[in-house]
Amino acid sequence: MYVMATCFAMIYLTLMNSSLNSVFSTDSVSFNMRLSQKEKVVSDIKSNTPVLNSVAPKTKKTRDTTVKKIAGSIEYKDFAKKASRNFLLSQLRLMMRIRKLEDKAGYDYRLRKIGGFCHLCAGQEAVCAATIGALDLTKDYVLTSYRDHGHALACGISTRSIFAELYGKAEGCSKGKGGSMHLFSVENNFLGGNGIVGAQIPIATGVAFAQKYKNVAGVTLCYFGDGALQQGAFHESLNLSKLWNLPVIYVIENNYYGMGTAVQRASSVEDLYTAGSPYQIEGCGVNGMDFYETYNYFASIVASVRKNPRPVLVEAKTYRYYGHSMSDPANYRSKKELDDFKEKDPIFSMKKKMIKDKQLTENEFKAMEKETAEEIKKAQEEASKSHDPKLEELYTDVIA
Amino acid sequence: MPEITIRESLNQALQEEMKRDKNVFLIGEEVAEYNGAYKVSKGLLDIFGKERVLDTPIAELGFTGLGVGAALAGLRPVVEWMTFNFALLAMDQVVNNAAKLRYMSGGQLSCPIVFRGPNGPAEYLSSQHSQALQSYFVHCPGLVVIAPATAYDYKGLLKSAIRSDDPVIFLESELAYNWKGEVPEEEYLVEIGKADIKREGSDISVICHSKTLQYAVEAADILEKEGIMVEIVDLRTLRPLDYDAIAQTVRKTNRAVVVDESWPMCSVGSYVSHHISSHLFDFLDAPVQLISSEDVPMPYNHSLELAAQPSSQKIISAIRKIL
Repeated sequence: MYVMATCFAMIYLTLMNSSLNSVFSTDSVSFNMRLSQKEKVVSDIKSNTPVLNSVAPKTKKTRDTTVKKIAGSIEYKDFAKKASRNFLLSQLRLMMRIRKLEDKAGYDYRLRKIGGFCHLCAGQEAVCAATIGALDLTKDYVLTSYRDHGHALACGISTRSIFAELYGKAEGCSKGKGGSMHLFSVENNFLGGNGIVGAQIPIATGVAFAQKYKNVAGVTLCYFGDGALQQGAFHESLNLSKLWNLPVIYVIENNYYGMGTAVQRASSVEDLYTAGSPYQIEGCGVNGMDFYETYNYFASIVASVRKNPRPVLVEAKTYRYYGHSMSDPANYRSKKELDDFKEKDPIFSMKKKMIKDKQLTENEFKAMEKETAEEIKKAQEEASKSHDPKLEELYTDVIA
Repeated sequence: MPEITIRESLNQALQEEMKRDKNVFLIGEEVAEYNGAYKVSKGLLDIFGKERVLDTPIAELGFTGLGVGAALAGLRPVVEWMTFNFALLAMDQVVNNAAKLRYMSGGQLSCPIVFRGPNGPAEYLSSQHSQALQSYFVHCPGLVVIAPATAYDYKGLLKSAIRSDDPVIFLESELAYNWKGEVPEEEYLVEIGKADIKREGSDISVICHSKTLQYAVEAADILEKEGIMVEIVDLRTLRPLDYDAIAQTVRKTNRAVVVDESWPMCSVGSYVSHHISSHLFDFLDAPVQLISSEDVPMPYNHSLELAAQPSSQKIISAIRKIL
């Protein structure tokens, strides 16, 4: 376990220093993947990495399996630098709301106010806030897995209707029929909340297909964990999306464990963002614990995909503070590993940066915490008071 | 009225609906350049172009899920499975997503999609390519399942299926594509969820669907010569089931033979039989008979494979048993 923890720490340190790695391979794509990674270009985001590296070939029709490293087609810009203070504050507040919602959900689960499976994303807030913060939800779509509370909140579903859904109430965003794993809001272009590992990947690919078919300049963001990469649905979708150049950004939320199985025990691919290279899909890895870095990359990628529709695969390295679900005590990882990641806490690090940039004071942060806690408490109390669905609801919404 | 093949009737339905609504598109293996493995989509690529008639890689789970996503985002996909045997690879997307998304989202989402292709026993294809899988789909709430028998019904029901806001499983009979029937030139729809009396009779009801209608008609012709008048009810839609039509015919004849190409356990046929036995018990003069496929995988040998399936002879024997 110690070795594993050390290994993670090393991965993490590398990541911090080299947020972006190039994706390329050599003559035989599958067997030389690891070899190619030894040669990977390690670039430092702080030293102004100008472009994302890409594996997209110039012509699609070649039968040559050699994947050449070519100049990236996505221009990286420091969007956060240009972002308003209000935007940054709102994203920090969003992360705080997600954290408090998750903590409260965990608490209520133990009280049995929430039943079934409940997968919390505390620790992963920066990924939700930074990626969805880069979208235009009047035309973009979001789909994710069962670890969906954070994405739902980031898409604009109210805390109250999320709590109501967790409690199985009629006022819940899915009328109490979906529960924790199946939050939906068509109004907010948030299409769930999928309970089958990887099943949202083909669906998101289809949503992107519809965007292209209708000629809407929209993009679809599709989230899944490291565990979903081994599903056939992932590979079939990547092939289709590249074949038809669909505007879908696949986001691997690599929290290092697919349930209790460490990623290196499940994936023969080491750097997960390279998993798109057999399909000639551009990929990059970002530090998902860092709001700024994640936001900059996503804003760059979204702008590029909107202009030039195609799939992109992004690996956001992150960490879940809770177990896989509430029934998982997470005995497969060390306390030290968890503590090490908490040192890099996304909310804490964003706060630090904002204070350093003179965009936030300690007192303002404290006030924000207090307001958020009150908001969560109020939403939770109101949701608790709402009604159970009527028995007749059992038979509605089965078919049109 | 012109006589056309079932294949042509399906092609007409696709053409008409694609002309009517630009959100309708066809996707599947070999549907475009090859004109369809069974030529149902012949000529559609030339008419509608490659944006609306799309060949896919051999990846049933992927393109089925893609169809589901496109439907959620406002399109009306028609997904062709080269045969229903291959649909098993896509079952997760059908059962866990297409069928459930409306319910799980509290009615927010619609999944207007048609999954179609050949189903049921064919010839000389052994166990993997010659199966009647309707019961797999009928089992699942949230789906609409259609299994027509005549060219007229195929066309009218496919058009209704494409306009439906639900995920529709549309089962075609592999061996019936060349069968002919009368189809009017003017436009028409056939309502989903309605059975059809294909032949009036007073002595016994045969309740069937899909190509077993043909066997029922053959059996009825033979028995008519003996003065036995068989009423034939073609279910056409298997989910939602037309319970009223079943009740009416059983009340009229007081005897029922149910025919279904599925295997017998937990099948469409066994469910319909159960329904009649439990809900219409007072109207029955004899136990309900079920003619299904034999409870074995399909063999290759022709005599054996014919023996495994429902036939007019089996229907006649079942009728004689309870008359």
